[in-house]
Amino acid sequence: MRFIFKTNYAQDINMARHGGDRFWYGCLILLMLAMPLLIDDFYLGEISYICILAIAGIGLMILTGYTGLASLGHAAFLGVGAYTQAFLLTHGVPFYLSIPIVIVVSFLVGAAIGIPILRLTGMYLAIATLALCFIAEHVFIRWEHFTGGNRGMPVPQPEMLGLSFYDSATFYYFCLFFLIASMLVAINILRSPTGRAFVAIRDSEIAAQSLGVNLGIYKALSFAISGAFTGLAGALLAHYIGYLAPDIFNIFLSLTLLLLIVVGGMGSLHGTIFGAIFVGFLPQLIAICRDYLPSYIGSQPGLEPMLFGLILVLFILYEPLGIYGRWMKIKLFFELFPTYKKQTFKKQKVFTKTDRV
Amino acid sequence: MQLIQLIIDGVASGCIYGLVALGFVLIYKATETINFAQGDILMLGAFVAFSLIGVLGLNYILGFVLTVMIIAVFGFFLDAVVVRQIIGQPAFATVMLTIGLGFIFRGFASIYWGTDIFSFSTPFSGKITEVGGLIISYVNISIIVGTTLLMGILFAFFSFTKIGVAMRASSENQLAAYYMGIPVKFIFSLIWSISAGVAAIAGVLLAPITLVDTSISLIGLKAFAAAVLGGFGSIPGAIVGGIIIGIVEQLCGTYENYLFEGIREISAYLVLILTLIIYPRGLFSDKAEVKKV
Repeated sequence: MRFIFKTNYAQDINMARHGGDRFWYGCLILLMLAMPLLIDDFYLGEISYICILAIAGIGLMILTGYTGLASLGHAAFLGVGAYTQAFLLTHGVPFYLSIPIVIVVSFLVGAAIGIPILRLTGMYLAIATLALCFIAEHVFIRWEHFTGGNRGMPVPQPEMLGLSFYDSATFYYFCLFFLIASMLVAINILRSPTGRAFVAIRDSEIAAQSLGVNLGIYKALSFAISGAFTGLAGALLAHYIGYLAPDIFNIFLSLTLLLLIVVGGMGSLHGTIFGAIFVGFLPQLIAICRDYLPSYIGSQPGLEPMLFGLILVLFILYEPLGIYGRWMKIKLFFELFPTYKKQTFKKQKVFTKTDRV
Repeated sequence: MQLIQLIIDGVASGCIYGLVALGFVLIYKATETINFAQGDILMLGAFVAFSLIGVLGLNYILGFVLTVMIIAVFGFFLDAVVVRQIIGQPAFATVMLTIGLGFIFRGFASIYWGTDIFSFSTPFSGKITEVGGLIISYVNISIIVGTTLLMGILFAFFSFTKIGVAMRASSENQLAAYYMGIPVKFIFSLIWSISAGVAAIAGVLLAPITLVDTSISLIGLKAFAAAVLGGFGSIPGAIVGGIIIGIVEQLCGTYENYLFEGIREISAYLVLILTLIIYPRGLFSDKAEVKKV
């Protein structure tokens, strides 16, 4: 086991805890940069998609994993980002301007949605965001001037500095760049006073309030920041799919994002990456499983949502900390080798806390 | 005249929302969890009824009763085996768990029964009666009468039977109920079973109107609006909320031209959001009586 002896403040501010971190994350970044040389276009596209999911996952993780506000309506933010991006590019706004505009618009939409419903907690918030998801989907269908309605809307692929998004390697590098940038921003938000306030709200609203955290402002801020990240992911998603239709941004997409953070591990940014890899490869995995199942089950369209639900239920029941939690347990097992105790991660039983105060 | 006609249709569909909302409320009152799979249980009820009545050819009444019993037993074990395990975990876990369960039910239904749209014959389908120029279908009458009867039975059950009073006691205060010797876990499973049974009744009553396919589980989401409007946690509130939502939906559908196109489909969700923003307590909330800690 490694003990870190801190001798100056710079060590606390540094993102990497020790040399090992620096080495392994450096290797990971090099591997990601070399990816277009290693694999073919199809899998490169898949990995770009995983990067996009991870960015959206960061957004939802800040809201749900760190501030403790469940949202079943994040597909709406993806939709806002995607449609804004497509609209701006169609009207001749260059790419390097459209992305900041998308981020600002999604931030404002998040704040606009957050402010009226921040009075709600727990279940009510989940229900309200669920309703918002349906309303947003409907707005995308009916606001034809802006979204093209049911006919859909083509997304122009930008070209700049001689690079085109049609080239999957270029698109991959863009996604990777935005993922790393979002990750750095998210890490820094979460260790700033704002992020600490989010975590305080998650753990106990009453305690946070008595320490001077303004619940309303910070909840709305969390919604807005989460919306901004998800909007950015939406803009990239628009380029990934190339043709927007309102029914992409349905409740199923919101639930996919929730599955992502639950499977990855609530309350950890590592978890968003694990979750995105899992969710991104899930359709492939199901396609492979279909071949091994008897044809009358394997050919059913209902198989996918069923497995989806089953995975969600199994994770909630048996590994609420997700893949990242499992990884921590394995790591701790080897670090403490002969003295590992199972009880370290034992779930604590608590009496049902009442919402009805 | 047209208005009264619309209101009657609205009341009928509102009763269905109300019944599903009643399921939410019963579970919420007792265990403080919201069952997001309520609509999917309704769907299972409709499918089981289809299997019993449409495929096996049982008598309607017999099929109805059997369906409700099957789904009620299913609801009992759903709580006893799965949901009980996560009591004491954050609210988010239950939300995700029940959503996941809903997906499993829907996937199971589409694998087992297929994605076709089914219908089965009921004694009410296709018959109408005219009262003073109003056209009322037997299906609507069956829904309204069925809901009224069910409310009466539930009221009697919770007021006069020992087990009903035990349920109210455990909803009020779990720990005190334990001390009084009430088997709280068993009671909670029983509440899940009643709530599933009510959803199954709603499913069977609804089947002649919407036909049977996996999309009827979306009714569960509209029923949220009913439950919230009535004040989550109030049984009469759920029914009244459901009826209001039903009427609003009918009116929005008819006067769509004066408002904006497509308002019918989202009217329930709009009511939900507005209620939460303006008056989150709901119409019949008992929260005022609970003292602040």
